[in-house]
Amino acid sequence: MSEAAAAIWFDVGTIADIPKLGARVVASREGPIAVFRTASDRIFALRDKCPHRGGPLSQGIVHGEHVTCPLHGWNIALATGQATAPDIGCAAAITVRIEAGRIQLRFSPSAE
Amino acid sequence: MNMMHKKQRLAVIGNGMAGMRCVEELLKRDALRYRITVFGAEPHTNYDRIMLSSVLAGEKEIDQIVINPLSWYGENEIRLFAGDGVVAVDRTLKTVTAESGRVEPYDKLLIATGSRPIVPPIPGLDLPGVCAFRDIADIEQMIGASEQYKRAIVIGGGLLGLEAANGLLKRGMSVAVVHLMDTLMERQLDPVAGGLLQRELDGRGLNFFMNGQTEEIFGETRVQGVRLADGREIPGDLVVMAIGIRPNVELAKKCDLDINRGIIVDDTMRTSDRDIFAVGECVEHRGRTYGLVAPLYEMAKICAEHLAEDNAPGAGYTGSVLSTKLKVTGVDLFSAGNFIPGEDCSDLTFHDSARQVYKKLVLRDGRLEGVVLYGDVADSGWYFELLRKREDVTAYRDGLLFGQNIVAAMGNAPKTSVADLPGDYQICGCNGVCKSTITDTIAAKSLTTLDEVRAHTKASASCGSCTHLVEALLKVTLGTTFEEAAPAGMCKCTPLTHEDVRRRIKDEALKSIPAAMSALGWRTPDGCASCRPALNFYLLCAWPGEYHDDAQSRFINERAHANIQKDGTFSVIPRMWGGTTNARELRAIADVVDKYAIPAVKLTGGQRIDMLGVSKQQLPAVWRDLNAAGMVSGHAYGKALRTVKTCVGSEWCRFGVQDSTAMGIALEKMTWGSWHPHKVKLAVSGCPRNCAEATIKDFGVIAVESGWELLVGGNGGIKLRGTELLCKVATSAEVLEYCGAFLQLYREEARYLDRTAPWIERVGLDYVKTRIVEDETGRKALYARFLYAQKFAQIDPWEQNAVQDKPKAEFRLLAEAN
Repeated sequence: MSEAAAAIWFDVGTIADIPKLGARVVASREGPIAVFRTASDRIFALRDKCPHRGGPLSQGIVHGEHVTCPLHGWNIALATGQATAPDIGCAAAITVRIEAGRIQLRFSPSAE
Repeated sequence: MNMMHKKQRLAVIGNGMAGMRCVEELLKRDALRYRITVFGAEPHTNYDRIMLSSVLAGEKEIDQIVINPLSWYGENEIRLFAGDGVVAVDRTLKTVTAESGRVEPYDKLLIATGSRPIVPPIPGLDLPGVCAFRDIADIEQMIGASEQYKRAIVIGGGLLGLEAANGLLKRGMSVAVVHLMDTLMERQLDPVAGGLLQRELDGRGLNFFMNGQTEEIFGETRVQGVRLADGREIPGDLVVMAIGIRPNVELAKKCDLDINRGIIVDDTMRTSDRDIFAVGECVEHRGRTYGLVAPLYEMAKICAEHLAEDNAPGAGYTGSVLSTKLKVTGVDLFSAGNFIPGEDCSDLTFHDSARQVYKKLVLRDGRLEGVVLYGDVADSGWYFELLRKREDVTAYRDGLLFGQNIVAAMGNAPKTSVADLPGDYQICGCNGVCKSTITDTIAAKSLTTLDEVRAHTKASASCGSCTHLVEALLKVTLGTTFEEAAPAGMCKCTPLTHEDVRRRIKDEALKSIPAAMSALGWRTPDGCASCRPALNFYLLCAWPGEYHDDAQSRFINERAHANIQKDGTFSVIPRMWGGTTNARELRAIADVVDKYAIPAVKLTGGQRIDMLGVSKQQLPAVWRDLNAAGMVSGHAYGKALRTVKTCVGSEWCRFGVQDSTAMGIALEKMTWGSWHPHKVKLAVSGCPRNCAEATIKDFGVIAVESGWELLVGGNGGIKLRGTELLCKVATSAEVLEYCGAFLQLYREEARYLDRTAPWIERVGLDYVKTRIVEDETGRKALYARFLYAQKFAQIDPWEQNAVQDKPKAEFRLLAEAN
């Protein structure tokens, strides 16, 4: 609980800033973060780095709640960052919340 | 926990082909007896290791060689720990301990740890760029190296080494093969067949270093080459160790099981501990170890019988007769049994040096003892059957060497069609499936397709070389109800074929991706990365000027109008009409390179200049500057018209007979901006010397005295294909008309991601000639449709995006959280 209380929520923009079935990139101290929007307007965020060869997931094609990495076609689940079988690996997921139509990402305080 | 009978616990060490086949066989016999836990050292699900050479050769993708996806483990309640190898077995407590520290108790244990590559003790093995040829990680390293480096060295001229060498050659590397012996594959081939093979592979570009003992791998920060014991030095940027394999017995040794070369097992596949079984390449059975798939599958079956039932009847495993094929496309080679004739043997040989065909049969006591076939392996199945069943062949020894048909014609053993084969004839060697199993299963389960037969029987599901026999059996069993393998659906999102989808888009006037998906009953809410780009193309091709292109359904390169690179940056290639440029353009390019500190500049194969390492955010500004100097996007990133390569032609060249440069520029002005099922490349040569290499282009033009020759369906790349002659025309206006009509036919009828070469191979050149050459009205209509579509396609995406004040959101960061 104390961790949640101390978390830092960072405002990155509105849902409309991201195209449906698309993504935008947020620069952060720990590297780029990909923020995705699905057809049903759900928003997810992952470290913009495919667990396979580090490809920018933000540049992939979004379908359902998955994104296909543009470099070698791995399919990554947006909610968990897990790769789809037979591939095994995980891109770190970032917690997202929507406050009054604005997208906020959670950063751990240690990053500050 | 609250089950009526407490299940026993089966732990499986090894998630490979032998271990999982054993689990499959066990589930078939008794799916409820065990709670199964599988540990695998590799971070993947169960895949077909034999097919790694096809992946390396670019003939298959990794996902096509998966045997059991993750869902299979879930459905069968198998717990899988992939990427977590077992490091210890405690036989007293009956537990296994994995690398991660996880401890699992077992009642029965199955060891299927496979084998390890043999690595001789030579210096330099730990240099970057040295790998084995064993698992997915090795293949990824080899493919990665082939993209960056030029020269590979494969150590080992056996089956494994030659498949590795062939794959790397196909990936564009120059490949040297070092082999300790003086003939290739000496364990499977006699010296004559080995010599034929070497000549063939030599002709394909492999360089052989025979009698070569590797003494040292040298290099500073990465491998630079190998040195042989006789002083020869071979330079290389990648060294693949493919000498052979040895059983992986480390774990068995640590827990004190009886081992020799492999883990010793009895005919029930039990080790020296009654509760521990072992199968696959790690075992030694009656003094023999095995490294091919067929015996592993036989062992898996026997082992499953004994896991399923404590005192299972049956003879148990008695050993296997081996046969070998080399998976190198275009090399037909087969070997089985003992082919070096002993004292009491005699041999029959046939050698046709013109056709490069060689056959050798070794006989003992009137029975076939060994077979080596090179160049013609049509009778390999028949010979192997005679060998396996120890048939007496004395009656037709005269004709034996000439094959089954000749023997049948002589009035002996008239087994000419698959219908006449006996029920116990082995159809699938990899999986040990005989004819009656296949026909019985087809009848019992009402199977109608090849895929179903594969799923239920495994026949032709491994190397696939018996597919034609399995199809023939389906045909014979079902009679007229069998339809030739129906074309597969576009992707997992729909069972409809590409052709179905294209037809219904037109017939039902579907004009957007959501409309198409809803009308055609897509199984997924918004498709996948494979069908969405295809649908986007089909819609824009069907409805020029009406369809609104869907950027989110385009691959990133087409969305960003630039080519994504391995580090996530992009490359920028301006159009250079017909490969021509001038001082102003070159100066502007130089200025852009300086201004944006672009790290690399490279000439492309299509006569243009590539600026590499541009970040996505920089793209609009780079385009603005290039636009200002009159340059436009080269579409080097798209399933689109790429370039028109030309030579200088009659304007300058003393041999040129027509102005190929002007012809090329006219073609490029007409075709630029057009979208296609795949990339399209053109070239125009000014004389038959063909300096513009028009004979490996999708549409090539070669000038002759009386006009132009039009060539179609060529490409470079993994599978090189030369063009075929479409026709000859007299004027440059005709060149434009035929080219436009040909491209439009390709756009309208090819499947997305088919280049012109596979498309023409499917429909036939005659069909294309009928539509383009013979049907003048049809050609003119196609040409008109192409020109109409171009009215909406010839928009420079750079100009659209290179806005002066603020670039589009696509090229901007959403936020900076620093």
